[in-house]
Amino acid sequence: MSDTTDKAGSAENRVDPKLLEILVCPVTKGTLEYDRDNQELISREAGLAYPIRDGIPIMLPDEARKLDDA
Amino acid sequence: MIDTLFDKRLLARRMARCAQGIGEHDFLLRRAGDDIAERLGAISRDFPLALDLGAHHGVVGRAISQSGRVRETVCADPCMALLRRCADLRVACDAEFLPFARASLDLVVSGLDLHLANDLPGALVQICRVLKPDGLFLAAVLGGQTLRELRDAFMTAESELEGGASPRVIPFADIRDYGALLQRAGFALPVADSDKFEVTYATPFDLMHEIRSMGAANMLVARARKPLRRATLLRAAEIYADRFSTDTGRVSATFEIIHLSGWAPHESQPKPLAPGSARARLADALGAKEYKTGEPAGPKKRP
Repeated sequence: MSDTTDKAGSAENRVDPKLLEILVCPVTKGTLEYDRDNQELISREAGLAYPIRDGIPIMLPDEARKLDDA
Repeated sequence: MIDTLFDKRLLARRMARCAQGIGEHDFLLRRAGDDIAERLGAISRDFPLALDLGAHHGVVGRAISQSGRVRETVCADPCMALLRRCADLRVACDAEFLPFARASLDLVVSGLDLHLANDLPGALVQICRVLKPDGLFLAAVLGGQTLRELRDAFMTAESELEGGASPRVIPFADIRDYGALLQRAGFALPVADSDKFEVTYATPFDLMHEIRSMGAANMLVARARKPLRRATLLRAAEIYADRFSTDTGRVSATFEIIHLSGWAPHESQPKPLAPGSARARLADALGAKEYKTGEPAGPKKRP
Protein backbone atom coordinates (compact mmCIF):
# COMPACT_ATOMS: atom_id res chain seq x y z
CA MET A 1 0.00 0.00 0.00
CA SER A 2 2.62 2.54 -1.06
CA ASP A 3 0.27 4.50 -3.29
CA THR A 4 -1.64 6.99 -1.19
CA THR A 5 -4.62 7.32 -3.53
CA ASP A 6 -4.95 3.57 -3.45
CA LYS A 7 -4.83 3.62 0.34
CA ALA A 8 -7.45 6.33 0.62
CA GLY A 9 -9.62 4.88 -2.08
CA SER A 10 -9.96 1.34 -0.82
CA ALA A 11 -13.34 0.62 0.68
CA GLU A 12 -11.78 -0.68 3.85
CA ASN A 13 -10.06 2.57 4.63
CA ARG A 14 -12.83 4.94 3.73
CA VAL A 15 -14.53 6.82 6.53
CA ASP A 16 -18.28 6.79 6.35
CA PRO A 17 -19.43 10.27 5.24
CA LYS A 18 -22.06 10.20 7.95
CA LEU A 19 -19.29 10.10 10.55
CA LEU A 20 -17.47 13.01 8.93
CA GLU A 21 -20.65 15.04 9.25
CA ILE A 22 -20.90 14.70 13.02
CA LEU A 23 -17.25 14.51 14.13
CA VAL A 24 -15.56 17.50 15.77
CA CYS A 25 -12.24 17.93 17.56
CA PRO A 26 -12.62 16.33 21.02
CA VAL A 27 -10.42 19.05 22.56
CA THR A 28 -11.77 22.27 21.01
CA LYS A 29 -15.13 20.95 19.69
CA GLY A 30 -14.19 22.84 16.51
CA THR A 31 -14.53 21.65 12.92
CA LEU A 32 -12.15 19.15 11.33
CA GLU A 33 -10.55 19.02 7.88
CA TYR A 34 -10.49 15.65 6.19
CA ASP A 35 -7.10 14.95 4.62
CA ARG A 36 -7.99 12.15 2.24
CA ASP A 37 -4.43 11.45 1.09
CA ASN A 38 -2.94 11.08 4.53
CA GLN A 39 -6.06 9.67 6.10
CA GLU A 40 -6.14 12.21 8.89
CA LEU A 41 -8.69 14.52 10.43
CA ILE A 42 -7.07 17.83 11.15
CA SER A 43 -8.00 20.24 13.92
CA ARG A 44 -6.19 23.53 13.16
CA GLU A 45 -7.27 25.12 16.44
CA ALA A 46 -5.85 22.30 18.53
CA GLY A 47 -2.89 21.82 16.19
CA LEU A 48 -3.59 18.10 16.05
CA ALA A 49 -4.10 15.57 13.28
CA TYR A 50 -6.20 12.55 14.26
CA PRO A 51 -5.29 9.39 12.34
CA ILE A 52 -7.78 7.14 10.57
CA ARG A 53 -6.94 3.44 10.72
CA ASP A 54 -8.95 0.85 8.79
CA GLY A 55 -11.67 3.45 8.32
CA ILE A 56 -11.90 4.10 12.08
CA PRO A 57 -11.16 7.69 13.13
CA ILE A 58 -8.96 7.66 16.23
CA MET A 59 -10.24 10.72 18.08
CA LEU A 60 -7.87 10.34 21.04
CA PRO A 61 -5.71 13.42 21.73
CA ASP A 62 -2.92 11.13 23.01
CA GLU A 63 -2.69 9.36 19.65
CA ALA A 64 -2.94 12.46 17.46
CA ARG A 65 0.01 13.89 15.51
CA LYS A 66 1.07 17.42 16.49
CA LEU A 67 0.94 19.79 13.54
CA ASP A 68 4.30 21.44 12.75
CA ASP A 69 2.91 24.90 12.15
CA ALA A 70 0.91 24.94 15.36
CA MET B 1 -7.99 19.92 38.19
CA ILE B 2 -9.79 16.90 39.59
CA ASP B 3 -7.75 14.14 41.21
CA THR B 4 -7.35 11.26 38.84
CA LEU B 5 -9.00 8.18 40.24
CA PHE B 6 -8.61 5.65 37.45
CA ASP B 7 -5.47 4.78 35.52
CA LYS B 8 -6.83 4.96 31.96
CA ARG B 9 -3.63 3.75 30.32
CA LEU B 10 -3.63 0.65 32.49
CA LEU B 11 -7.31 0.15 31.71
CA ALA B 12 -6.63 0.44 27.97
CA ARG B 13 -3.84 -2.17 28.18
CA ARG B 14 -6.10 -4.52 30.13
CA MET B 15 -9.01 -4.14 27.73
CA ALA B 16 -6.76 -4.79 24.74
CA ARG B 17 -5.54 -7.97 26.42
CA CYS B 18 -9.08 -9.11 27.26
CA ALA B 19 -10.66 -8.18 23.94
CA GLN B 20 -10.46 -11.68 22.42
CA GLY B 21 -12.00 -13.62 25.28
CA ILE B 22 -14.39 -11.00 26.61
CA GLY B 23 -17.36 -12.64 24.90
CA GLU B 24 -17.24 -15.44 27.47
CA HIS B 25 -17.33 -13.03 30.40
CA ASP B 26 -19.86 -10.43 29.29
CA PHE B 27 -22.94 -11.51 31.25
CA LEU B 28 -23.11 -8.16 33.05
CA LEU B 29 -22.89 -6.25 29.80
CA ARG B 30 -25.54 -8.44 28.16
CA ARG B 31 -27.85 -7.93 31.12
CA ALA B 32 -27.29 -4.16 30.91
CA GLY B 33 -27.81 -4.15 27.12
CA ASP B 34 -31.05 -6.14 27.26
CA ASP B 35 -32.37 -3.80 29.92
CA ILE B 36 -31.44 -0.70 27.91
CA ALA B 37 -33.09 -2.16 24.79
CA GLU B 38 -36.22 -2.96 26.75
CA ARG B 39 -36.43 0.58 28.11
CA LEU B 40 -35.94 1.92 24.61
CA GLY B 41 -38.65 -0.35 23.22
CA ALA B 42 -41.11 1.09 25.72
CA ILE B 43 -40.71 4.59 24.25
CA SER B 44 -42.99 5.17 21.29
CA ARG B 45 -40.71 7.11 18.98
CA ASP B 46 -37.72 6.43 16.75
CA PHE B 47 -34.12 7.45 17.32
CA PRO B 48 -32.49 7.45 13.86
CA LEU B 49 -28.86 8.02 14.91
CA ALA B 50 -27.55 6.52 18.14
CA LEU B 51 -24.18 6.51 19.89
CA ASP B 52 -23.03 3.53 21.94
CA LEU B 53 -20.49 5.10 24.28
CA GLY B 54 -17.99 2.64 25.75
CA ALA B 55 -19.19 0.10 23.23
CA HIS B 56 -16.93 -2.77 24.41
CA HIS B 57 -17.43 -5.46 21.73
CA GLY B 58 -20.77 -4.09 20.56
CA VAL B 59 -23.18 -5.86 22.92
CA VAL B 60 -25.34 -2.85 23.82
CA GLY B 61 -25.23 -1.49 20.26
CA ARG B 62 -26.55 -4.78 18.90
CA ALA B 63 -29.28 -4.89 21.55
CA ILE B 64 -30.59 -1.43 20.66
CA SER B 65 -30.45 -2.20 16.92
CA GLN B 66 -32.72 -5.16 17.56
CA SER B 67 -35.20 -2.94 19.40
CA GLY B 68 -36.26 -1.54 16.02
CA ARG B 69 -36.11 2.03 17.33
CA VAL B 70 -32.67 2.85 15.96
CA ARG B 71 -31.58 3.11 12.31
CA GLU B 72 -27.84 3.55 12.75
CA THR B 73 -25.44 3.24 15.66
CA VAL B 74 -22.01 4.79 16.12
CA CYS B 75 -19.88 2.52 18.30
CA ALA B 76 -17.35 4.48 20.34
CA ASP B 77 -14.64 2.99 22.54
CA PRO B 78 -11.03 3.91 23.26
CA CYS B 79 -9.91 0.31 22.66
CA MET B 80 -9.24 -0.55 19.00
CA ALA B 81 -9.15 -4.30 19.66
CA LEU B 82 -12.71 -4.08 20.98
CA LEU B 83 -13.90 -1.66 18.27
CA ARG B 84 -12.82 -4.03 15.53
CA ARG B 85 -15.41 -6.45 16.89
CA CYS B 86 -18.21 -3.86 16.61
CA ALA B 87 -20.46 -3.41 13.62
CA ASP B 88 -21.83 -0.22 12.10
CA LEU B 89 -20.01 3.10 12.35
CA ARG B 90 -16.96 3.12 14.58
CA VAL B 91 -14.96 5.84 16.32
CA ALA B 92 -12.14 5.49 18.82
CA CYS B 93 -12.72 8.05 21.55
CA ASP B 94 -12.79 8.65 25.28
CA ALA B 95 -16.10 9.33 27.04
CA GLU B 96 -14.49 12.33 28.69
CA PHE B 97 -13.45 13.92 25.35
CA LEU B 98 -16.41 13.43 23.07
CA PRO B 99 -15.66 14.18 19.40
CA PHE B 100 -19.25 14.75 18.30
CA ALA B 101 -20.88 17.99 17.20
CA ARG B 102 -23.45 19.72 19.37
CA ALA B 103 -26.99 18.40 18.81
CA SER B 104 -25.87 15.70 16.36
CA LEU B 105 -27.32 12.52 17.93
CA ASP B 106 -30.83 11.29 18.74
CA LEU B 107 -29.80 8.77 21.37
CA VAL B 108 -26.77 8.04 23.52
CA VAL B 109 -26.53 4.68 25.28
CA SER B 110 -23.67 3.50 27.45
CA GLY B 111 -23.16 0.09 29.02
CA LEU B 112 -20.92 -0.31 32.07
CA ASP B 113 -18.43 2.35 31.14
CA LEU B 114 -19.20 5.66 32.82
CA HIS B 115 -18.49 4.43 36.37
CA LEU B 116 -14.85 4.50 35.23
CA ALA B 117 -14.90 8.18 34.24
CA ASN B 118 -12.44 10.34 36.17
CA ASP B 119 -14.63 13.36 35.49
CA LEU B 120 -18.17 12.01 35.41
CA PRO B 121 -19.93 15.41 35.68
CA GLY B 122 -17.87 16.62 32.70
CA ALA B 123 -18.73 13.52 30.66
CA LEU B 124 -22.46 13.93 31.39
CA VAL B 125 -22.41 17.60 30.37
CA GLN B 126 -20.78 16.62 27.06
CA ILE B 127 -23.33 13.85 26.47
CA CYS B 128 -26.18 16.30 27.06
CA ARG B 129 -24.58 18.68 24.54
CA VAL B 130 -24.19 16.17 21.70
CA LEU B 131 -27.84 15.14 21.98
CA LYS B 132 -30.44 16.86 19.82
CA PRO B 133 -33.19 18.61 21.78
CA ASP B 134 -35.48 15.90 23.16
CA GLY B 135 -32.72 13.34 22.57
CA LEU B 136 -32.46 10.48 25.04
CA PHE B 137 -29.61 9.25 27.22
CA LEU B 138 -29.78 5.71 28.63
CA ALA B 139 -26.85 4.35 30.58
CA ALA B 140 -26.00 1.46 32.84
CA VAL B 141 -23.20 1.84 35.37
CA LEU B 142 -21.98 -0.31 38.24
CA GLY B 143 -23.33 0.88 41.60
CA GLY B 144 -22.01 0.99 45.17
CA GLN B 145 -23.17 -2.49 46.19
CA THR B 146 -21.07 -4.15 43.51
CA LEU B 147 -18.52 -6.64 44.87
CA ARG B 148 -19.12 -5.53 48.46
CA GLU B 149 -18.22 -9.03 49.66
CA LEU B 150 -14.85 -8.98 47.91
CA ARG B 151 -14.07 -5.53 49.25
CA ASP B 152 -14.95 -6.73 52.73
CA ALA B 153 -12.82 -9.90 52.47
CA PHE B 154 -9.74 -8.03 51.21
CA MET B 155 -10.08 -5.32 53.82
CA THR B 156 -10.22 -7.84 56.64
CA ALA B 157 -7.41 -10.00 55.27
CA GLU B 158 -5.12 -7.04 54.67
CA SER B 159 -5.66 -5.45 58.04
CA GLU B 160 -5.01 -8.82 59.69
CA LEU B 161 -1.83 -9.65 57.78
CA GLU B 162 -0.42 -6.37 56.48
CA GLY B 163 -1.44 -4.02 59.26
CA GLY B 164 -3.44 -1.79 56.92
CA ALA B 165 -5.76 -1.95 53.94
CA SER B 166 -5.27 -0.61 50.43
CA PRO B 167 -8.12 -0.16 47.95
CA ARG B 168 -8.42 -3.49 46.13
CA VAL B 169 -11.90 -3.01 44.70
CA ILE B 170 -12.66 0.24 42.90
CA PRO B 171 -15.25 2.55 44.49
CA PHE B 172 -18.65 2.83 42.83
CA ALA B 173 -20.95 5.82 43.27
CA ASP B 174 -24.38 5.54 44.89
CA ILE B 175 -27.66 5.79 43.06
CA ARG B 176 -28.48 9.16 44.70
CA ASP B 177 -25.23 10.67 43.46
CA TYR B 178 -26.03 9.63 39.91
CA GLY B 179 -29.51 11.16 40.02
CA ALA B 180 -28.09 14.46 41.26
CA LEU B 181 -25.32 14.46 38.66
CA LEU B 182 -27.78 13.92 35.80
CA GLN B 183 -29.76 16.93 36.92
CA ARG B 184 -26.66 19.06 37.32
CA ALA B 185 -25.51 18.13 33.83
CA GLY B 186 -28.68 19.66 32.40
CA PHE B 187 -30.80 16.59 31.70
CA ALA B 188 -34.57 16.92 31.92
CA LEU B 189 -36.66 14.26 33.66
CA PRO B 190 -33.63 12.47 35.16
CA VAL B 191 -34.19 9.00 36.59
CA ALA B 192 -31.82 6.56 38.28
CA ASP B 193 -32.88 3.11 39.39
CA SER B 194 -31.02 0.10 40.63
CA ASP B 195 -30.89 -3.54 39.53
CA LYS B 196 -29.22 -5.54 42.30
CA PHE B 197 -28.59 -9.25 42.01
CA GLU B 198 -26.35 -12.03 43.25
CA VAL B 199 -24.19 -14.33 41.20
CA THR B 200 -22.66 -17.49 42.62
CA TYR B 201 -19.23 -18.92 41.89
CA ALA B 202 -17.65 -22.22 42.85
CA THR B 203 -14.84 -20.42 44.73
CA PRO B 204 -13.70 -16.84 45.35
CA PHE B 205 -10.89 -17.49 42.83
CA ASP B 206 -13.44 -18.11 40.08
CA LEU B 207 -14.99 -14.75 40.86
CA MET B 208 -11.61 -13.01 40.73
CA HIS B 209 -10.78 -14.76 37.46
CA GLU B 210 -14.02 -13.54 35.93
CA ILE B 211 -13.39 -9.95 37.03
CA ARG B 212 -9.93 -10.06 35.45
CA SER B 213 -11.34 -11.56 32.24
CA MET B 214 -13.78 -8.65 31.99
CA GLY B 215 -10.78 -6.32 32.07
CA ALA B 216 -12.21 -5.00 35.31
CA ALA B 217 -9.40 -5.73 37.75
CA ASN B 218 -8.29 -2.87 39.99
CA MET B 219 -7.17 0.11 37.92
CA LEU B 220 -7.13 2.71 40.66
CA VAL B 221 -4.32 5.20 40.57
CA ALA B 222 -4.12 4.75 44.35
CA ARG B 223 -3.87 0.96 44.13
CA ALA B 224 -1.05 -0.71 46.01
CA ARG B 225 1.83 -1.01 43.53
CA LYS B 226 3.37 -4.00 45.25
CA PRO B 227 1.80 -7.27 44.18
CA LEU B 228 -0.71 -8.89 46.47
CA ARG B 229 1.02 -11.40 48.71
CA ARG B 230 -0.06 -14.98 48.31
CA ALA B 231 -0.82 -15.33 52.03
CA THR B 232 -3.09 -12.28 51.93
CA LEU B 233 -4.89 -13.54 48.85
CA LEU B 234 -5.47 -16.95 50.43
CA ARG B 235 -6.68 -15.38 53.67
CA ALA B 236 -9.08 -13.12 51.72
CA ALA B 237 -10.46 -16.15 49.89
CA GLU B 238 -10.86 -17.97 53.20
CA ILE B 239 -12.74 -15.02 54.74
CA TYR B 240 -14.88 -14.74 51.61
CA ALA B 241 -15.87 -18.42 51.69
CA ASP B 242 -16.49 -18.15 55.42
CA ARG B 243 -18.79 -15.16 55.30
CA PHE B 244 -20.47 -15.35 51.92
CA SER B 245 -21.19 -19.00 51.20
CA THR B 246 -24.49 -20.27 49.90
CA ASP B 247 -26.28 -23.41 51.13
CA THR B 248 -24.95 -25.33 48.15
CA GLY B 249 -21.33 -24.60 49.06
CA ARG B 250 -20.74 -21.92 46.46
CA VAL B 251 -19.88 -18.28 47.19
CA SER B 252 -22.10 -15.41 46.21
CA ALA B 253 -21.18 -12.00 44.85
CA THR B 254 -23.42 -8.94 44.66
CA PHE B 255 -23.58 -6.85 41.53
CA GLU B 256 -25.55 -3.64 41.24
CA ILE B 257 -26.31 -2.10 37.87
CA ILE B 258 -27.64 1.45 38.10
CA HIS B 259 -29.71 2.54 35.13
CA LEU B 260 -29.70 6.21 34.28
CA SER B 261 -32.00 8.03 31.93
CA GLY B 262 -32.41 11.66 31.02
CA TRP B 263 -33.58 13.79 28.12
CA ALA B 264 -31.90 16.72 26.44
CA PRO B 265 -34.18 19.63 27.27
CA HIS B 266 -36.95 20.52 24.82
CA GLU B 267 -39.96 22.79 25.17
CA SER B 268 -42.40 19.92 24.64
CA GLN B 269 -41.33 18.32 27.93
CA PRO B 270 -43.35 18.75 31.11
CA LYS B 271 -41.90 21.47 33.34
CA PRO B 272 -42.94 22.96 36.66
CA LEU B 273 -44.86 26.22 36.28
CA ALA B 274 -43.22 29.48 37.26
CA PRO B 275 -43.99 30.55 40.83
CA GLY B 276 -46.99 32.87 40.97
CA SER B 277 -48.42 31.66 37.64
CA ALA B 278 -51.27 29.63 39.17
CA ARG B 279 -54.76 30.36 37.83
CA ALA B 280 -56.74 28.71 40.62
CA ARG B 281 -56.32 29.08 44.35
CA LEU B 282 -54.93 26.09 46.20
CA ALA B 283 -57.33 26.84 49.07
CA ASP B 284 -60.30 26.47 46.68
CA ALA B 285 -59.03 23.17 45.31
CA LEU B 286 -58.66 21.84 48.85
CA GLY B 287 -61.87 23.40 50.09
CA ALA B 288 -59.92 25.01 52.92
CA LYS B 289 -59.85 28.44 54.45
CA GLU B 290 -56.92 30.57 53.28
CA TYR B 291 -54.83 32.39 55.85
CA LYS B 292 -52.70 35.42 55.05
CA THR B 293 -48.94 35.17 55.44
CA GLY B 294 -47.91 35.62 59.03
CA GLU B 295 -51.27 34.57 60.40
CA PRO B 296 -51.07 31.33 62.42
CA ALA B 297 -52.66 28.55 60.35
CA GLY B 298 -53.87 26.36 63.20
CA PRO B 299 -57.19 26.79 65.00
CA LYS B 300 -57.16 29.87 67.22
CA LYS B 301 -56.56 29.05 70.86
CA ARG B 302 -59.54 29.72 73.04
CA PRO B 303 -58.82 32.03 75.90
